[in-house]
Amino acid sequence: MTEPGFWRQAGEIARKDLMIEGRAGEALYITVPFGAVALMLIPLAIGTDKPLLATVGPGLFLAVALLFGMLVAFRQTATDTPPQRELLALLGTDPAAKFVGRAATSMLLLLAFQIVLVPVTVLLYNPGRMDRWPWLLVVIVLLASGLSLVGTLAGSVTVGLKTRSTLTPLLVAPLSMPMLLAASQVVEALRNGSSILVWILLLMTIDIAMAAIGVSTANPLEESSI
Amino acid sequence: MLRSVDLVVNPGEAVGVIGPNGSGKSTLLRILATLIRPTVGSARVFGIEVGTDGMVAARRRLTLLGHHPGLWGELTLIENLSLVGRLSGAGTERVAEILEQVGLGGAMRRRADHSSHGMQRRVDFARVLLTQPDLLLLDEAHAGLDSAAQALVEVSVTGVKNRGGAVVLVSHEPDRMLPLVDTTCELRGGTLVAKSGPG
Repeated sequence: MTEPGFWRQAGEIARKDLMIEGRAGEALYITVPFGAVALMLIPLAIGTDKPLLATVGPGLFLAVALLFGMLVAFRQTATDTPPQRELLALLGTDPAAKFVGRAATSMLLLLAFQIVLVPVTVLLYNPGRMDRWPWLLVVIVLLASGLSLVGTLAGSVTVGLKTRSTLTPLLVAPLSMPMLLAASQVVEALRNGSSILVWILLLMTIDIAMAAIGVSTANPLEESSI
Repeated sequence: MLRSVDLVVNPGEAVGVIGPNGSGKSTLLRILATLIRPTVGSARVFGIEVGTDGMVAARRRLTLLGHHPGLWGELTLIENLSLVGRLSGAGTERVAEILEQVGLGGAMRRRADHSSHGMQRRVDFARVLLTQPDLLLLDEAHAGLDSAAQALVEVSVTGVKNRGGAVVLVSHEPDRMLPLVDTTCELRGGTLVAKSGPG
């Protein structure tokens, strides 16, 4: 019997979560369309002021990505029941591998979510051309990984609590604010041609810090939840 | 809650624990499964103190079958067992064959949440056959099984014992359990009040 290594375990958890999400469709069939609708509703409220829409478009994209991204990160299908948590623990699954696998699944879903939202934003808000637009892809990836790590970490902290559905957003929202700030500053810098390096580095630092906290606290959080 | 229990389970031995509801049977089983650490006293599983860093090694060698099967409803029965095979290191080569063996040959591609509780319990026993644990912990093993599936309990217990493993069964209905065990313990109010058999 060959025990699977860390990355194999993380891959198995991610694969399981993706299969479950693919069948339940909680994120892709409910949250994503609802997020796109939220982006559509705002122009109806603002009206046809095109310069204003172009100005606020990228910021609204990021706000919708953050708020609906939270729903994706702690969707019901990413929550194991007590018997499932016990089974994974008794199979010897490394809690850190479980954290990484779960965060990876959320990141993929959040990437898909944002990729759907980008054309909707461009179509509705026409934010104008940016010379260095490929950097937006970097921001989207960093934002997706940061939100997924924060969401997975908050989900681990609140697992088993009766107040989970209330407490988790309260934990995630303040932790996500620096990411929202950095991402919006990158967009602004891309528009006016200034340097984006410091903001990209901030996003990367947040991602690395959240990954380190999540991995290092996975074991005690897991043990306290079973 | 357990108050006073002094118990050793030897390799190749099956121990049955009986007692009324609330006597501490399930708590004892969960301590042996390393899921609860005792607040007073100590418990060792394969020589490893429960609550210490070495627990993962002990966990890989044991299987606990509780009241609720830990299946993911959106996955099929074969996908659930395959996941166990990959995460435990037992592999997936024998998964289909074992599901046939436990009577789920025709239902293995059915989603777990579309399967009856009895079918889900059969997957639990398939897990025992797949992972071949050195310590099998059964909590009310016969519950939720139809008469045709009752034999799975005996097959699982005998299989583990024949490989030199140990089995602990708890039940508040001793009639079905007693023929399977070598030693019987009785718990009342968290205290081991009687013990019979070779252990």
